[in-house]
Amino acid sequence: MNTTADAVSREAVHLTELDSEIGDADHGINMQRGFTAVRAALESDPPDTPGAVLVLAGRQLISTVGGASGPLYGTLLRRAGKMLGDGTEVSRERLTEALRAGVAAVAQLGGAKAGDKTMLDALEPAVKALGTSFAAAREAAEQGATATVPMVARKGRASYLGERSAGHQDPGATSSALLIAALARAAADGGSGETP
Amino acid sequence: MKMLINVPETVVADGLRGLAAAHPELRVDVENRVVVRADAPVAGKVALVSGGGSGHEPLHAGFVGPGMLSGACPGEVFTSPVPDQMVRAAAAVDSGAGVLFVVKNYTGDVLNFDMAAELAEDEGIQIAKVLVNDDVAVTDSLYTAGRRGTGATLFVEKIAGAAAEEGAPLERVESIAREVNARSRSFGVALTAVTTPAKGSPTFDLPAGELELGIGIHGEPGRERRAMMTSREIADFTVDAVLEDLKPSSPVLLLVNGMGATPLLELYGFNAEVHRVLGERGVPVARTLVGNHVTSLDMAGCSVSICAMDEDLLRLWDAPVRTPALRWGR
Repeated sequence: MNTTADAVSREAVHLTELDSEIGDADHGINMQRGFTAVRAALESDPPDTPGAVLVLAGRQLISTVGGASGPLYGTLLRRAGKMLGDGTEVSRERLTEALRAGVAAVAQLGGAKAGDKTMLDALEPAVKALGTSFAAAREAAEQGATATVPMVARKGRASYLGERSAGHQDPGATSSALLIAALARAAADGGSGETP
Repeated sequence: MKMLINVPETVVADGLRGLAAAHPELRVDVENRVVVRADAPVAGKVALVSGGGSGHEPLHAGFVGPGMLSGACPGEVFTSPVPDQMVRAAAAVDSGAGVLFVVKNYTGDVLNFDMAAELAEDEGIQIAKVLVNDDVAVTDSLYTAGRRGTGATLFVEKIAGAAAEEGAPLERVESIAREVNARSRSFGVALTAVTTPAKGSPTFDLPAGELELGIGIHGEPGRERRAMMTSREIADFTVDAVLEDLKPSSPVLLLVNGMGATPLLELYGFNAEVHRVLGERGVPVARTLVGNHVTSLDMAGCSVSICAMDEDLLRLWDAPVRTPALRWGR
């Protein structure tokens, strides 16, 4: 989570720039506020299990981010955390299942699907590739985010632009790719490459 | 870009402190970003709570008071408030008669208010919701997020607020709110792009000789760009865009709204043109409100909202209201 917070902090301006082209120029600052709160909550009351870390982080995002990103990312992490349960060790396979459930919850909440130019365009391929390796998941998420450039947005604020939303990379898919990359980096730092 | 601020991070809190200083008839919780009328909860009265991103002032906190909203939740600039704020506001204003959430159709507002409704109901507060989606600039289809909620939010808050003040039960207040939304349409035009405090430069590039048609209230670009037009031409375009979708068979309520940086002199001149077009199209105007009511920070431009009225709705519109930004009748 700290790796994620660092990544979000580093990329906040970039995310806001992307958002100003087809949205309302606040995605970076909102995500930064959310993950700053996540970091503080984890430091003040560190949970015992990876599942509990994700649930706590998700709740913090819902309480601090606002916009669509708060409920969507909050739901992603909360659902995944609940799926992980009480285990103190988490295998890549188990994490894949948990994230798959989280991504499904996001799709249901937002009423979106892959191809709508949203965070799902990065998350869905990433979860699929996570079955192979963390590195593959990172690559799939990045490709997924890039693939949103020519798409016409059908959900979220960019959808109000209709055809004019094409030609811009989706900020939500971009921040999702950041999160997956941070996860992969944390897994690599963890040594085995098999624990998040 | 020069702004009358300290730092971008405290813009919302600073504004709320100033609102509190000017309006002792409001209870302003700066830390938790909740504004309620000071006499809340009012025994037996249905409460109305609305909210959305900051930057649209006076919407929504400026419309808190007798005859309109019971409470408002200002989010960060152009960002939906979070569920915690809405639950806190609902708890502060609920007298037991229930709370109506007035929600503008933006993905973030909808998701956060949905979560808040669940949490508030867990606390035993009866919640109803109305979704405002009046903006004809957005194609409403299965393949978009649907029409945005813009100027008609004011109509819904005023008219449903008057019904609640009269003692109507939650179900009735909710159905009036839905009725007002169903009878309302809006269309907006930007002459300049908006500059948010966090970004510090215009959110999109709009050259001097051009205007943007079909904009929303969050600095997002519109659907079309043209060479700059006269007030008369803009009135023709916007009114026709609205009337293409709504054919009123009764006198209308008209809001000629400024987006924040267009002076009243220009807005009144534009209002004259809007009245001219409506007259030419055979649409009588029952009431007109002109001013900066649903704004987009420092954006220059305007929007036109109309609502097809009936006698009861007109009576509720005329009912007394006493809020920082809208007051008449007492």
